[in-house]
Amino acid sequence: MSTATIAPQTLTAKDFATDQEVRWCPGCGDYSILKQVQTIMPGLGIPRENIVIVSGIGCSSRFPYYMNTYGMHSIHGRATAIASGLKATRPELSVWIVTGDGDGLSIGGNHTIHLLRRNFDVNVMLFNNQIYGLTKGQYSPTSEENKVTKSTPMGSIDHPFNPLALALGADATFIARSMDRDPKHLQEMLKRSHAHKGASLLEIYQNCNIFNDGAFEIFTEKGSKAEETLFVEQGKPMIFGANKDKGIRFNGLRPEVVSLADGQYTADDLWIHDEADFYKAQVLVRLFDDPRVIGHFPRPFGVFYATQRACYEDSLQLQLDDAIARRGNGDLDKLLAGNETWEIK
Amino acid sequence: MSNTPIQQIEDVVIKFAGDSGDGMQLTGTQFSNNTALIGNDLSTFPDFPAEIRAPIGTLPGVSGFQLHFSSNRIFTPGDACDVLVAMNAAALKANLKGLKKGGIIIANTDGFDSKNLRLANYPEGVNPLEDGSLAAYQLHTMDITKMTREALKDSPLGMKEKDRSKNMFVLGFLYWLYDRDMNNTVAFLNDKFGKKPDVLESNLKTLKAGYNYGDTVEAFSTRYRVEKARMEPGVYRSITGNTALAYGLVAASQKSNLPLFLGTYPITPASDILHELSRYKNFGIKTFQAEDEIAGITSAIGASYGGHMGVTTTSGPGMALKSEAMGLAMMLEIPLLIIDIQRGGPSTGLPTKTEQSDLLQAYYGRNGECPMPVISASTPSDCFEAVFEAFRIAVQHMTPVIFLSDGYIANGAEPWRFPKASSLPQIAVKFKTQLEEGEEHFYPYQRDEKLVRPWAVPGTAGLEHRIGGLEKQNITGNVSYDPENHQVMVKIRQEKVDRIADYIPAQKIELGPEKGKVLILGWGSTYGAIKSAVLELLEEGHEVAHAHLRHLRPFPKNLGDILHSFDKVLIPEINNGQLIKIIRDQYLVDAIGYNKIMGVPITKSELVVRIKELLTAK
Repeated sequence: MSTATIAPQTLTAKDFATDQEVRWCPGCGDYSILKQVQTIMPGLGIPRENIVIVSGIGCSSRFPYYMNTYGMHSIHGRATAIASGLKATRPELSVWIVTGDGDGLSIGGNHTIHLLRRNFDVNVMLFNNQIYGLTKGQYSPTSEENKVTKSTPMGSIDHPFNPLALALGADATFIARSMDRDPKHLQEMLKRSHAHKGASLLEIYQNCNIFNDGAFEIFTEKGSKAEETLFVEQGKPMIFGANKDKGIRFNGLRPEVVSLADGQYTADDLWIHDEADFYKAQVLVRLFDDPRVIGHFPRPFGVFYATQRACYEDSLQLQLDDAIARRGNGDLDKLLAGNETWEIK
Repeated sequence: MSNTPIQQIEDVVIKFAGDSGDGMQLTGTQFSNNTALIGNDLSTFPDFPAEIRAPIGTLPGVSGFQLHFSSNRIFTPGDACDVLVAMNAAALKANLKGLKKGGIIIANTDGFDSKNLRLANYPEGVNPLEDGSLAAYQLHTMDITKMTREALKDSPLGMKEKDRSKNMFVLGFLYWLYDRDMNNTVAFLNDKFGKKPDVLESNLKTLKAGYNYGDTVEAFSTRYRVEKARMEPGVYRSITGNTALAYGLVAASQKSNLPLFLGTYPITPASDILHELSRYKNFGIKTFQAEDEIAGITSAIGASYGGHMGVTTTSGPGMALKSEAMGLAMMLEIPLLIIDIQRGGPSTGLPTKTEQSDLLQAYYGRNGECPMPVISASTPSDCFEAVFEAFRIAVQHMTPVIFLSDGYIANGAEPWRFPKASSLPQIAVKFKTQLEEGEEHFYPYQRDEKLVRPWAVPGTAGLEHRIGGLEKQNITGNVSYDPENHQVMVKIRQEKVDRIADYIPAQKIELGPEKGKVLILGWGSTYGAIKSAVLELLEEGHEVAHAHLRHLRPFPKNLGDILHSFDKVLIPEINNGQLIKIIRDQYLVDAIGYNKIMGVPITKSELVVRIKELLTAK
């Protein structure tokens, strides 16, 4: 049996599936995400053995078992920290982190923000289903206020996280949002995440059909999707609506929804999306209204922000190279002797 | 030249004590290095407050540095002091009980003004330097502050900065008293303050002023000299435990060709290991100051998973935080070193005080059946060899290993006859790089005769596999909730750790007969006190022996035989009795504990008393 690298270009999605039975609940959004990841992997041009998927704990964190790459299903909340150590020592590997709204934002929130600020070149896939699934239905840090769950019979009094605003606050260099029910867009976002040099955070709206069914229905279902979502694209004006007749413009520093139908505004008046604009990204992540509120903004999807900053693992290696350039390779005898010795004869 | 006669003595214990801001640690370290260079055997014990700057002049603010040096072999920083340097009233009050009757007190009178006396809780109007209460000691008073200022009257420095040099006055004076050459300290000061000429000048001037003061005032009728110790021939240096530990890691990394990754979070008294290792980047060492203790260990797990040697360092409370991740590493069966520099517990406890606090935590402090090898160091220099051994076990047995040191060893110093790099053994590391002939699939939990599974790291074609913290099916490593399989796996993991006993040295008797009346069984930093006590008792003709454990889990295979060869087994520990529980459990030996839980080491003399009681008891 040959153990040589299989040339990446000859791989297919099937080569990334394992012999393990996938055990998510029938109808779970995770199936689609798994499928899209398996679909885009061959196109990345990476030998399978150089891909590592690290997950924490939660439904989504079973992901590595279903990917025929290297993988670790770790402990709750720590996938990001494990991936940091792996990437720091093995920068050549393509490291993917699978986490959820509980794993990555609650128990592991600390590691998530520190991973982002350090900017390890890894890809974080944050499966957001706004509920705790594996523990059978408690509210999560992204659940909306007043949510009635097993642990909040009178409704949740927690104010939810806005994951992308949090990531931007941690100085993430790449943030994007997609959804399980839009395979094409999700594939595109996964490819963009991979292409980004630095930490990418991709929030994926994922339906938990058992404990929180329909949480994102308004964004994902045909009847409402066009009106309720805004798919942003680099250099394009922010237009949405079933008839492409609505847009977002800046009125001074404030965004507002305007109609393109009545002749008052044209596409030229609209906010042009620029992924490199940090200030506009601050506004974009805040388009996070409750869709039940009248006059709300559509929910944006796509790459919100992408910039370049030194990656931790590269800076770390540079320091090692620099130390060797200045002092030469470490000499153990010199180290052990130190500066002051004496001899006893 | 001084006409003061010089007396040869064998053994001196000095305690430098002052306010946290008085520079006593630096003074003690400089005097220790100087002592080492002249070839005395030595042992030090820094003892400082947890507060960075406790209120000036108060008892909690006292910082001390004890130094024992001798022309004989010594193993402890000494039970009681011959000389106490007291920079203020609080320093005297806090340390007087540790001074031998007839011992020397060198007191800085400026530190005994009414304010300092009040802060040290002396009653109104009482000054111990003046009321005759110190008549049992040789009291030497000097106004160090005033003389320092005098020596620096031409210096452009402000008064506050001038006063910072007063520790150099003390140091200079002691160099005179013990007939020393000051070159090493002059070189140290040049190196430290080379860029600040005024500060350098003031330190050098004060150092010399202290020396000259001794020379001219003839306050002492005798100076002292301690001859070189009769130590094994070789080249020595002085070393602290944390430095030796860092060197041991560097050496093991070199000898295994495994790059080292340290993932850690600062905590007293472990942080110095991070400081040391972060300077050795040209040895290929990567250090990562993580956001918390958990990220410290989990990043190290990530590094080990990737084929590096992952290490994490911490102290008691940090150990507690890492325990879930230790369980993961145990399930993954990858090499990992968890280094715990123990301190007084529980909770935040006594951060700067020593305690053998965490043996039971190391043994049992995880969820589920989670056995892990435990190794401990017994002296500062022993940290080097012991951590090298811990590293070896981790990579050759594919297991996380817990290494226990403590604050006493970590900060204490002793002479070290350091090894040549070429004399250190290679650490063989085996990676699985491909499927063998006839092997169809890669099974990550297939084991060899040691029950060790293969280390196949990401990047290896054909060996792609998934591992995790869920229970796995034997051999395949697939997730398994099968009841029989769980029992099999728990037993295998236990047996794997037990079998390490086949690959470690037999337990030896450190001192004394192979069998007899009393065995003193120790682990960790009680080594010096036990050894000194047993040496003394053996010289007096008593039937007593000392065995000291490095391997705490698994124990050496002959330990049971040794324990059963003595009528009584005494286990001294700086805790409420932890090793004793394990020994009683595993060997059904009715061992007797000697437990001190005061944040300070056990002394030789108290042990001698206790052992004599045992020897004479029916």
